[in-house]
Amino acid sequence: MTLQTQYPFDKGFVESYAVSNGEPEWFKNLRLNALEKFEVLPMPNPDKTKIEKWDLISFKQHTAEDQSIAAIDALPEKVKALIDVEAGLKNLYIQQNQTPSFLSVTEDLKQQGVIFTDILTAVKEHGELVQKYFMTDGVKVDEHRLTAFHAALVNGGAFLYIPKNVEVKEPIQSIFIHSNADAPLINHVLIVADDNSSVTYVENYISLQDEAEGIANIITEVLALTNARVTFGAVDTLAHGVTTYVNRRGYAGRDARIEWALGLMNDGNTISENVTNLVGDGSVGDTKSVVVGRGDQKQNFTTKVVHFGKNSEGFILKHGVMKDSASSVFNGIGKIEHGATKANAQQESRVLMLSEKARGDANPILLIDEDDVMAGHAASVGRVDPIQLYYLMSRGIPKVEAERLVIHGFLAPVVNQLPIEGVKKQLSEVIERKVK
Amino acid sequence: MAGSTLTIKDLHVAIDGKEILKGVNLEVKGGEFHAIMGPNGTGKSTLSSAIMGHPKYEVTQGSIFLDGKDVLEMEVDERAQAGLFLAMQYPSEISGVTNADFLRSAINARREEGDEIPLMQFIKKMDKTMEFLEMDINMAQRYLNEGFSGGEKKRNEILQLMMIEPKIAILDEIDSGLDIDALKVVSKGINSMRNSDFGCLIITHYQRLLNYITPDYVHVMMNGRVVKSGGPELATRLEAEGYDWIKQELGIEDEEAVEVE
Repeated sequence: MTLQTQYPFDKGFVESYAVSNGEPEWFKNLRLNALEKFEVLPMPNPDKTKIEKWDLISFKQHTAEDQSIAAIDALPEKVKALIDVEAGLKNLYIQQNQTPSFLSVTEDLKQQGVIFTDILTAVKEHGELVQKYFMTDGVKVDEHRLTAFHAALVNGGAFLYIPKNVEVKEPIQSIFIHSNADAPLINHVLIVADDNSSVTYVENYISLQDEAEGIANIITEVLALTNARVTFGAVDTLAHGVTTYVNRRGYAGRDARIEWALGLMNDGNTISENVTNLVGDGSVGDTKSVVVGRGDQKQNFTTKVVHFGKNSEGFILKHGVMKDSASSVFNGIGKIEHGATKANAQQESRVLMLSEKARGDANPILLIDEDDVMAGHAASVGRVDPIQLYYLMSRGIPKVEAERLVIHGFLAPVVNQLPIEGVKKQLSEVIERKVK
Repeated sequence: MAGSTLTIKDLHVAIDGKEILKGVNLEVKGGEFHAIMGPNGTGKSTLSSAIMGHPKYEVTQGSIFLDGKDVLEMEVDERAQAGLFLAMQYPSEISGVTNADFLRSAINARREEGDEIPLMQFIKKMDKTMEFLEMDINMAQRYLNEGFSGGEKKRNEILQLMMIEPKIAILDEIDSGLDIDALKVVSKGINSMRNSDFGCLIITHYQRLLNYITPDYVHVMMNGRVVKSGGPELATRLEAEGYDWIKQELGIEDEEAVEVE
């Protein structure tokens, strides 16, 4: 006998939500098929983290409506700080809870055919493109229960399309604000960089509450087609009460390049998955992520680069700082499929422990099914090096400041790579606050 | 009276329970350049590490005073703020922290809050000093010692010395691994510091460095003690004749040899 759990959503609920959004038939059907799969698929199984008791599915209400934003000045300071207002608003999308509340795209980009809009509008207005790429080559609907949940109930996100041969110079930014924890953030970001195009995109997830319990289910798909280049930055700062599943997936075609710089700074329990599939020959995936764990939070970070293409190159860098009684698992996986000759899979995972009770686990894994390849890994878990502190202190720098310098230096690889000053500064400040 | 005075009395230091220094006495005053020479493994570097407060070295007996203040009671950063500086033999590499940011923190640590060195003034001073030391200007923005060659690290230590302007500096084998051109530049930097307020303790086992920096006093260390002191002529004689004559003169037996028997 099986125990049937009642969820606050069913076929009728999903159907009427799709209809109320005016979604096309194919998208409604995608949701309904996903709902069926949700009911039968198992939960994901993040290596070395038990999530049986995590609530990643319940919510009180599916959406929370908000006002649109007339002027940037009306935004909370915390949000405004992320935007380079002085440089002039260029390409920016702001979503408050489930309301697309601000969108700006330059005329120049519009004329070149760049599409940047919220995901549910994109489904209606750019159906053909979205249908081609939404959960097809990146994340599949039926990978596990949470991907199916996502597809059935997606209620926000953004769509960015860069046409062939278009090189976008200015960074494109999304800010997702979660202020009503009763409504889940089920966000889908889909980025398609068509052949020979290039783009830099940065997203922020930010909470305006702290302890209220809620969930976030985030899927980001980045598709870099032949010879395209995507530079992707993210800073996640969801609150302590929010339990998060975040999946960022890359697909790199021939000679394409995807660079990730991820500041994973959530305060709540988090499962983060970042996989880059190097499908095309000569493709490159470069993943840098930094993490600070504090309080009692439990997190699992899996970073994986899969090599299918010949001469493909994958680099993983993960630096984590653990304090209080936070515990984190860092799985770094370099996988080289048969036939991916001359592939190069490199990874480095380092964890810095700042307290006795904190736990950090770095697992470097290389899975290689081809002879003619290069691969390497480095991993370490330890404390701040007393000899480094001695050196800095011997120049008159007090111990607290010396530790601060070492920790900031340790997390610098991602901070330095973020392309928007405001976001860079925000990440530095979040780090400052969290490691204090 | 100009300058500071560093006074070391009967200093005994152990590492991992093994006694390395067995009663060192030494006084360095502002305006004076002292050289400490001696064969490898006689405790020269231990002396420098103990003065600065390296966490692995344990002072078991004796005292170190700077202008009457008890150095052994101070934390490492307090020793630096009191005026001590150690150019290290093996400087640490610190990823993610630029040379410039690090130096600015070091300088500001000596100043009151609200009285930080103005950025432009700092940059000018750093540029000028780097030029003097014939360093690539890009090294200001590189991470502290990360990927620096041996010679670059030594130059970077002297850059810090010149920027921080301590009262008493200890230079631990600042000459090892340097080619002749780099040695000249490093010496030029050290000599530029010479004035009545600045005292320097130069640790080396090559007389070569002393061709470029003339010490006022030369001390010879053996078996954890200063066994002979003199003027610059002592260094010249060591270069010509080695250390054996001192051992014979003072009846010192090689410690390792004793252990073997």
